[in-house]
Amino acid sequence: MAELNKENLYQYLLQLGDNVMILGHRLSELCGHGPSLETDIALTNISLDLFGQTRSYFQYAASIKGDDSTEDKIAFLRFPNEYRNTILVEQPNTDFAYVITRQFLFDQYHLLLLEKLVDSSDETIAAIANKSIKEVSYHVRFSSEWMKRLGDGTEESNAKIQEALNYLYPYAGELLKTSPIEELAAGAGYGIDPDILTDSYYQNVNQVLEEATIKIPEGKWSHSGGKNGIHSEHLGFILSDLQYMQRTYPDMAW
Amino acid sequence: MNKTLEQLEKEFQDRIDAGENIEAKNWMPEKYRKTHIRQISQHAHSEIVGMLPEGNWVSRAPSLRRKVALLAKVQDEAGHGLYLYSAAETLGISRDELFEQLNSGKAKYSSIFNYPTLSWADIGAVGWLVDGAAIINQVMLTRTSYGPYARAMVRICKEESFHQRQGYEITMKLAQGTEVQKQMAQDSLNRWWWPSLMMFGPRDEESTHTELSMKWKIKRKSNDELRQQFIDQTVPQAEFLGLTIPDKDLKWNEERGHYDFGPIDWDEFWNVVKGNGPCNKERLNARNKAWDEGQWVREAAMAHAEKKKFKSLKKAI
Ligand SMILES: [Fe+2]
Ligand SMILES: [Fe+2]
Repeated sequence: MAELNKENLYQYLLQLGDNVMILGHRLSELCGHGPSLETDIALTNISLDLFGQTRSYFQYAASIKGDDSTEDKIAFLRFPNEYRNTILVEQPNTDFAYVITRQFLFDQYHLLLLEKLVDSSDETIAAIANKSIKEVSYHVRFSSEWMKRLGDGTEESNAKIQEALNYLYPYAGELLKTSPIEELAAGAGYGIDPDILTDSYYQNVNQVLEEATIKIPEGKWSHSGGKNGIHSEHLGFILSDLQYMQRTYPDMAW
Repeated sequence: MNKTLEQLEKEFQDRIDAGENIEAKNWMPEKYRKTHIRQISQHAHSEIVGMLPEGNWVSRAPSLRRKVALLAKVQDEAGHGLYLYSAAETLGISRDELFEQLNSGKAKYSSIFNYPTLSWADIGAVGWLVDGAAIINQVMLTRTSYGPYARAMVRICKEESFHQRQGYEITMKLAQGTEVQKQMAQDSLNRWWWPSLMMFGPRDEESTHTELSMKWKIKRKSNDELRQQFIDQTVPQAEFLGLTIPDKDLKWNEERGHYDFGPIDWDEFWNVVKGNGPCNKERLNARNKAWDEGQWVREAAMAHAEKKKFKSLKKAI
């Protein structure tokens, strides 16, 4: 039982870490290419926050795993179907509207999640959540403000943000869909069942969308699979970049 | 009674000679203003274009620690660009105009960024050599006569020396690593050494701006002096790493108290300046793409701000 619990805690940490790492990676691809210097700096800041959180989760996961596990082995040396992030965060930087919408849909979930995880029975998870919550509150403000700016800005920006939302909205549901790992984590008290966030999530999301004069897409159907290791085609390319050095030059110190 | 132009010019030069700063509100000769707009904006453009070759390796950085450090470094460069554009704006030109000059290819930026980053070791070399060379120029500029420029330089220099140490540390890790890593570091030094020396600009006898620049304290040392300073400081660092500087004429000259070095390929330098470097087109294309694709975003932000202003105005009434 203890062994099973340890393995599940490890898997749960991977899920927490992978979501922020893959999203951080997507944002890092934009560094130097933003629509203005200020937004470039702001998006890079968010990316840096997310990578900082990634490191906290993976350092802890490495200590749970034991042996010669390290944060970098966890980040860079798994097979694609061992990554546990949701498919939403893999979605490409199609344009600024997609970047902001992806961020917004994740941030709203992320904040609710962390607000629960500060009460985790696992002290380390609670501490990471506590530290991250300030950062993520800022992310929520940033992406919500931009949703409003783009929704309310010009006809063109409204059309673009609407298109991005229509495309990405069906990926948001996976954030809230309970995976076997989350079920065990919630049962053991160190994690939560994301389904309990559903009402607050859509309430918060819809409130911003309404203010932004963006139409809420109809239909409740959602993509899923990422949490169980079944990803979109995008992940393979992300990993080719992410793992490039570690795969090409194995077992070296950098 | 109005002062004559001669009086104004004399007072202006007296201030500079006395080591006082010129501020945006002070009278200045038109040539001084133009020269500063050119130099500060070139400097700002270099920071921004410089983000590209390094940003190129963020997604492939070999460890999380290195990734975060590199990302933060590239972000610092964006910050440097921001301070410098603001300094240029004090001279009566807008950031949009400056971007337009960069994107159209009218404005120059440091040619070093037209070279490609081909391996992880290049991220080390860029920090160690390129930031290293930049610091030498910039430390001098902290005492330049134009106040806003000098103050921007003080902030920037602190971060640049951190970048340089970080780059040196990346290179050191490779130099102390496996055979493959050592080769990677050596190959990188081979490619970046000469372009780094070219960063100080043409030889003194061919440099056109030097005399006025000295008078206005934009420059306190000549290109050749700065280049020599860089070489003298960098050679022992390479030796410490066990790496070989790709110059067979390089040797210590006891009499001069400096290193002698071989001839620089100025044809290559002028070619890259004229647009024929390995990445000139990519760099400009990337800047133009970011700018063009950002157009609707900037317009939307502006429109939204206008509407908000209007709404709060209506409320107030
Ligand atoms: Fe810089
Ligand atoms: Fe720098």
